Amino acid sequence: MDLLTDIIIILAKVIGLTFMVVLPLVPISVYFERRFSAIIQDRVGPNRVGIPLTLFGAKKDFSLFGLVQPVADGIKLFLKEDFTPVHVRKAFYWMAPALTIIPSLVTVCVVPFGSPITINGEQYKMVIADLDVGPLFVFAVSSLAVYGITLAGWSSNSKYPFVGGVRSTAQMISYEISLGLSIIPVLLWYGELNLSNIVEHQALNGWLLLPLWGDSAPWNNGGDFSAWIFWIPATVAFLIFTISIFAETNRMPFDLPECETELVGGYHTEYSSMKFAMFFMGEYAAMVIGSALIVTMFLGGWSLGFTLDEKLLMDGEGNWLWFSGLVHMGVFLTKLVAFILFFILVRWTVPRFRYDQLMRLGWVIFFEAALINVFIAALVIAAPSLGILTTIIGAVLLAVVSGALIWVLKVSEPKAQPNRGLLGQN
Amino acid sequence: MAVVKLKRPDLAAGEKLYLGAIFKGFLITMKHAFDSLRGKTRGSDELKSSGLGATMQYPEQKWDDQLPEYYRGAPALVTDEQDRERCVSCQLCEFICPPKAIKITPGEIPSDDPWAKVEKRPKEFEIDMIRCIYCGMCEEVCPEQAIYLRKDYAITGLSREQMVHDKERLYEIGGKRVGLVNKWNELK
Repeated sequence: MDLLTDIIIILAKVIGLTFMVVLPLVPISVYFERRFSAIIQDRVGPNRVGIPLTLFGAKKDFSLFGLVQPVADGIKLFLKEDFTPVHVRKAFYWMAPALTIIPSLVTVCVVPFGSPITINGEQYKMVIADLDVGPLFVFAVSSLAVYGITLAGWSSNSKYPFVGGVRSTAQMISYEISLGLSIIPVLLWYGELNLSNIVEHQALNGWLLLPLWGDSAPWNNGGDFSAWIFWIPATVAFLIFTISIFAETNRMPFDLPECETELVGGYHTEYSSMKFAMFFMGEYAAMVIGSALIVTMFLGGWSLGFTLDEKLLMDGEGNWLWFSGLVHMGVFLTKLVAFILFFILVRWTVPRFRYDQLMRLGWVIFFEAALINVFIAALVIAAPSLGILTTIIGAVLLAVVSGALIWVLKVSEPKAQPNRGLLGQN
Repeated sequence: MAVVKLKRPDLAAGEKLYLGAIFKGFLITMKHAFDSLRGKTRGSDELKSSGLGATMQYPEQKWDDQLPEYYRGAPALVTDEQDRERCVSCQLCEFICPPKAIKITPGEIPSDDPWAKVEKRPKEFEIDMIRCIYCGMCEEVCPEQAIYLRKDYAITGLSREQMVHDKERLYEIGGKRVGLVNKWNELK
C-alpha cells in the first residue's frame, strides 16, 4: 500500500511538472514571446484567436487576449504535411528532434518547485528526483541536447543545416566550460549539490544575490560580512551563468546554429511540421529549464524571501504549514515566468554575435573570468578561518596571478589590422 | 574620387565591457514597451492606432476617412446626370491596360434610343480584379471620362468568378457623376 501511494505521488509529480507546467509553458512562452516582442516593437501581436463563440450562435467571439493562439499554433503544426526529403539519412533524421527535446524534459526532474507538502503526516518533497548531484546531473543531461542538433544538421545531408549543426557543437563546448566553472563558487558557498536543500537554505538565510535576512545579514550574525562580500563573486557567477545559459539554449545573442540570415534556417532547415515543432519545443523547454535553474540557484527558487517564509508559512516549530507548498509553487512559477520574460527582452534587445566574437567570449573572456572567480569565491569563503595575514597574502597572490593571466591574453592577441576599408583589399 | 579615411573610435574600458550598452538597449526597449502599453507610441495618432503600439486593428477600424485624395482604388464606370452611360466602348482602356484586366464587348445603340447619336455603348464591360494593378491608366486614357478609380479597396471574393466585376457591378461602384465632369479638375 505504501509503495502504491509512493508510485502515485511520483507519477503525480512527473505528470504535474512535466506535462502540466513545463510542456504547457513552452507554447505559452512562445505566445509571451510574440506578444512581448510586439509590444516592444510598437505592434500588437497575436490577439485575435480566442474562443469562437460565433460558431455556437453567439454574437461575438471571445478573444481572451489571443491566449488560445498557442493551441491554434499547435493544431497547425500537427496538421501540416510531414515531409521527409529523399536525400536524408532517415534513421538519424527521425531521431534528432527527439534527442533535442528529451534532455530538456529530463532535466526538469531535479528542479525543486515548491516546499515539502505533508500528506497523511508524511512529508513529500516537491521535486521529482531529489538527487544529491543536482547541477551536475543537469549539465550532464542537458549537454546531450546538442547531439540532436548536430545529428539533425548532419543527417539532413544539406549544406546549411550541416554548418548549423557544427556551429552548435562548437558553441556548446565553449560554453559548457564557463557554465560549469561559473557554478563552482555557488556550490562552494552552499557546500551542497542538492538543489532542494540549496533552495531551503536560501529561503531561511537570504538568497544568493539578495543576502538581506537570516544568517547572511551581518546584524543577525555577529558582524559576519562574508555573505555581502560573497555578493561580488556571486554576481559574476550569475552573469556568466546566465549568459552561458543563453548560449546553451541557442537564444538570441547566440542563436548562430539557426540564424536565418546566413544559414537559411540553420540545422532544422529540412524539417517540417511536428518534427520542426519538436526542435522548437526543445529550444523553449531548454529556456524554461535554464530559467528554472537560475531562479533556483541565484534567486531563491520557490522561496518568498524577506523572512516572509518564516513569518507567514511556518508554524512555531519550524515546519511548513499545509498550504505553504502551494504558495511556494505559485512563487516559483511567477519567478520562472518573470525570468522567461527577461529572456525574451534580451532576445529583442541584443543583436546577434558574430561567430568569432562568440568563440572569443566563451574561450577567452568567460573561461578566464569564471576561473578567477572560483579563486575569489574560495578566498572569501575561507577568509574567516584563515586569519587576516593569510587572507591578504592570498588576495595579493590572486591579484598577481589574475594580472599575469590578463597580460598574457593581451599580449597573445594578434594586433588588429588598421582598417583600410575596401581599398585595402586591392 | 576622394578617399575618406575613417578612424574607428577608441573605446573606453567601460564601453569595451559591452554591458553598459546592453543596459542602455534594455532601457530603450522597455521604454518602447511601456509607451506602447500606454498608447503613447510615437505616431500612433497619425496612424490611428488602436491603443496598443502603432497598429490599427483593421476590420474594426478602417482608413476610409483618411484615404488621401489621390488614392487609387477599384476602377468603376460612371453615368452622367441623365443616367446615360458615358462609356462609348472605344476600347482604349482595354488597349492600354497593362495587365489586360479589362474586357469590353462593344454593342450598338438602337436608332430609336434617345442616345442613338452616340452609336455605341458596351454590351459587356468586365474588369478582372485579380489582374487589376490599380495603375489608373484606364482612367487617364478614357476620352469620355467614363471610368474612374474609386476609393474601394476591400475587394474580396470566394472564387475567381466573383472577382470579375461585370458592367452592373462597375456602375454600382461608380455611381452617378453630376455636373461638369472634368477628369483633371478638383471634382475628380
